[in-house]
Amino acid sequence: MVLVLAIGDLHIPHRAPDLPAKFKSMLVPGKIQHIICTGNLCIKEVHDYLKSLCPSLHITRGEYDEDARYPETKTLTIGQFKLGLCHGHQVVPWGDLDSLAMLQRQLDVDILVSGHTHQFKAYKHEAGVVINPGSATGAYSSITYDVNPSFVLMDIDGLRVVVYVYELIDGEVKVDKIDFKKTATATTHSAH
Amino acid sequence: MMIPDGIEDEDKWLTAGIAGLQQNAFYMHRALDTNNLKDALKYSAQMLSELRTSRLSPHKYYELYMRAFDELRKLEMFFREETKRGCSTIELYELVQHAGNILPRLYLLCTVGSVYIKSKEAPAKDVLKDLVEMCRGIQHPVRGLFLRSYLSQVTKDKLPDIGSEYEGDADTVMDALEFVLQNFTEMNKLWVRMQHQGPAREKDKREKERNELRDLVGKNLHVLSQIEGVDLEMYRDTVLPRVLEQVVNCKDELAQYYLMDCIIQVFPDEYHLQTLEILLSACPQLQPAVDIKTMLSRLMERLSNYAASSAEVLPEFFHVEAFAKLSNAIGQVIEAQVDMPIVGAVTLYSSLLTFSLHVHPDRLDYVDQILGACVGKLSGKGKLEDSKATKQIVTLLSAPLEKYNDIETVLKLSNYPRFMEYLDDGTNKVMANVIIQSILKNKTCISTADKVEALFELIKGLIKDLDENLDDEFDEEDFNEEQSSVARLIQMLYNDDPEEMLKIICTVKKHILSGGTKRLPFTVPPLIFNSLKLVRNLQGQDESVSGDESSANPKKLFQLLNQTIEALSTVPASELALRLYLQCAEAANDSDLEPVAYEFFTQAYILYEEEISDSKAQVTAIHLIIGTLQRMHIFGVENRDTLTHKATGYSAKLLKKPDQCRAVYACSHLFWVEDHENNKDGERVLFCLKRALRIANAAQQMANATRGSSGSVMLFIEILNKYLYFFEKGNSHITLDSIQGLIELITTEMQSETVTPDPAADAFFASTLRYIQFQKDKGGAVAEKYEPIK
Repeated sequence: MVLVLAIGDLHIPHRAPDLPAKFKSMLVPGKIQHIICTGNLCIKEVHDYLKSLCPSLHITRGEYDEDARYPETKTLTIGQFKLGLCHGHQVVPWGDLDSLAMLQRQLDVDILVSGHTHQFKAYKHEAGVVINPGSATGAYSSITYDVNPSFVLMDIDGLRVVVYVYELIDGEVKVDKIDFKKTATATTHSAH
Repeated sequence: MMIPDGIEDEDKWLTAGIAGLQQNAFYMHRALDTNNLKDALKYSAQMLSELRTSRLSPHKYYELYMRAFDELRKLEMFFREETKRGCSTIELYELVQHAGNILPRLYLLCTVGSVYIKSKEAPAKDVLKDLVEMCRGIQHPVRGLFLRSYLSQVTKDKLPDIGSEYEGDADTVMDALEFVLQNFTEMNKLWVRMQHQGPAREKDKREKERNELRDLVGKNLHVLSQIEGVDLEMYRDTVLPRVLEQVVNCKDELAQYYLMDCIIQVFPDEYHLQTLEILLSACPQLQPAVDIKTMLSRLMERLSNYAASSAEVLPEFFHVEAFAKLSNAIGQVIEAQVDMPIVGAVTLYSSLLTFSLHVHPDRLDYVDQILGACVGKLSGKGKLEDSKATKQIVTLLSAPLEKYNDIETVLKLSNYPRFMEYLDDGTNKVMANVIIQSILKNKTCISTADKVEALFELIKGLIKDLDENLDDEFDEEDFNEEQSSVARLIQMLYNDDPEEMLKIICTVKKHILSGGTKRLPFTVPPLIFNSLKLVRNLQGQDESVSGDESSANPKKLFQLLNQTIEALSTVPASELALRLYLQCAEAANDSDLEPVAYEFFTQAYILYEEEISDSKAQVTAIHLIIGTLQRMHIFGVENRDTLTHKATGYSAKLLKKPDQCRAVYACSHLFWVEDHENNKDGERVLFCLKRALRIANAAQQMANATRGSSGSVMLFIEILNKYLYFFEKGNSHITLDSIQGLIELITTEMQSETVTPDPAADAFFASTLRYIQFQKDKGGAVAEKYEPIK
């Protein structure tokens, strides 16, 4: 069982002062094995904070990130799964699932994590899963109105990944979960 | 290493003294074992003679004294046995007075006295009175202090206190008090006398020795505090006045400071509260050199803690008007001590402030009063140079913030901002940061323009350069952190009411635009996004509401936004400005303001053409432009065409061929917008894709020419995927043949020997083919579409 935190689009300090207190109290060091971050942190303080939660931190560059050295895309293997990471402003039209699927094919990954729209999405198609963890601070987005703060926790266990999405709605943290299974040739999924 | 002669000698004398003492003790024990009272007395007197020495410093004398003390305990036990065996205590009392020298005589007398009291053959008060008087025989300070200390030690559990077995008649507690007070008075006199003995040049040495002895004197006060019969009334009417009388009259600086402190530490806070006036009135009577401010600070600290310990004690504070008394006392002290350094005065006010916050948290006027008195002391002095003083001022100013956790309360204190002008720039920043961190930590939302104005006035040290010549001390990391804090702060300035929010935005804009080029990249973005949020809120409102010129409406906000982003050109921060212009364009699109949106796009394009020359930056910028433009629904045909034409032009002119290719095929989406039917121009889409193909071909040829082998087929595979995208969306201009042709082209190239193998491209092609197969397997209309593809 490997826990992977997918988080991004915090936009601190341009659009938000800090993570919501309820999220901060949930994100405790030592519980998560990997963090994959879609980008737009934007400052070093946020990077250091994420690093303190988990040393295995993977970030791709968002268009407002202070650190220009983050890569445009990143791939990594966790257990049986290949994961791809990209902020998403590079994929036009923004938020378009078919275009994101193309990126997924290009990176040849089972799970593509990307952001930019600040809206949580978990979309399954024949070749794999596209996940958007949304904005962890609920930051303003020109694309999405009424953004709720959200992040995603993936539990990777063998050929199965359970995706937990945490959303802050009206001051309360709501959790939802989605199951994905991968087999050698085809994928099936069941939603809860 | 050279040991100073004096100390070496002292060690010798001490060793000799101890030897003598031990030898006589040995004989004394022998006598005790054989019940030989006469010899016991003889040898004990000889033993005690060692304490007659003048040669030892207090520290060393103490060592000798402790050994004698232990031996005397055994002697006392023997005396007690003797009285049981028939020798009366009075007889013993007489016998010991035959000792030749007065000091041993008195030690023995005290020892017997202890037994005498315990035997109850005489009232305790009589024996005690006798002993305390007799000890006057020793006027040598060190010897006298230790002797009286011995007296105090052996009698402290035998005082005629209420409830003790030695309780006497009606005035019994007074008797106990008299004894202790007299012993205390005499000890203090001896102690003070030490100050004046010996040559002037040895003053430091004497003061050091006096300090070593101070606890002997202080112990008496401790004994007083332990007497059960001393209640508040007795403390107020007898104990405190008598002690203070001695303290004031001795006119000795060292004693006064130590004893006042002792009183404060030893007696309960409840008593201090009720005798505040008496205690404070003694202060002006003390020697000028006594550190009254430290003493008062400690008193206030104790009382603050007492107040904090339980809510039930608070009414007492109000009843005795503690605040007024302390406030007056401090005022008097500061007035009297003209040369008191600033840090001293600030510390005093700081302690008073802490006191006030604990005892009278709701009295903001008290807080303001204290701040006013303190800043009044600073006036006329210009910027403070003493770093201790400035640190203390920061502590002073932080106290209300920590107590109230609410900047709005602190902003009500009229005297608070006045401190800022006396702080140097560094401290100004420190204080500003303290304020900001308090706001962020408590998540306080500041909701009116007036409060924002007051706040920004307070923190102006961070908002702009107060001094022009600061470059030498510039630390980039610190600066970035500070400005990020300011940026976060801007997020906390908010009001639901659009009119007020607009006022807030204008106030913030005014302040940050005077912040200088280094600050703008930090402070402009949060203001922009706050404004965009307001625009979005206004979209929900009816247009008819905003008939008045001055009311908040999107047009006004967009003007404001434009002006603010323009300021970034002075930095210059072109990439940031471009992003912000595009954000505004999208917002204008959502507000149905076509000219405004067009203007923002124009600004963005100008920046792209004139300011952004770095290749990587251009690539990102062009994708942002394309992505934003693709979402615009507000533009009429002409405007749209102009902007699209420009965007495709920029794409084709990027430096590197692969970048060109990708940007151009991204542009294909500009001609195919899902929402509106008339925006799907299949032909122009294909045109873009073909153009991208040509660029990809050119890239291959270039690679062939310069490196000898063709580059990767990655670009072709990407374009193939785009073909499939539009094919599936129903673009009739994308034919099956073109797709088939592309697949064959790629397959051939990959098998060709001149092409560099690229595992990523292979994987991409494989997954693309898999995708095509998935579509075929889906069945239905989709499968039919895909079926012909091989």
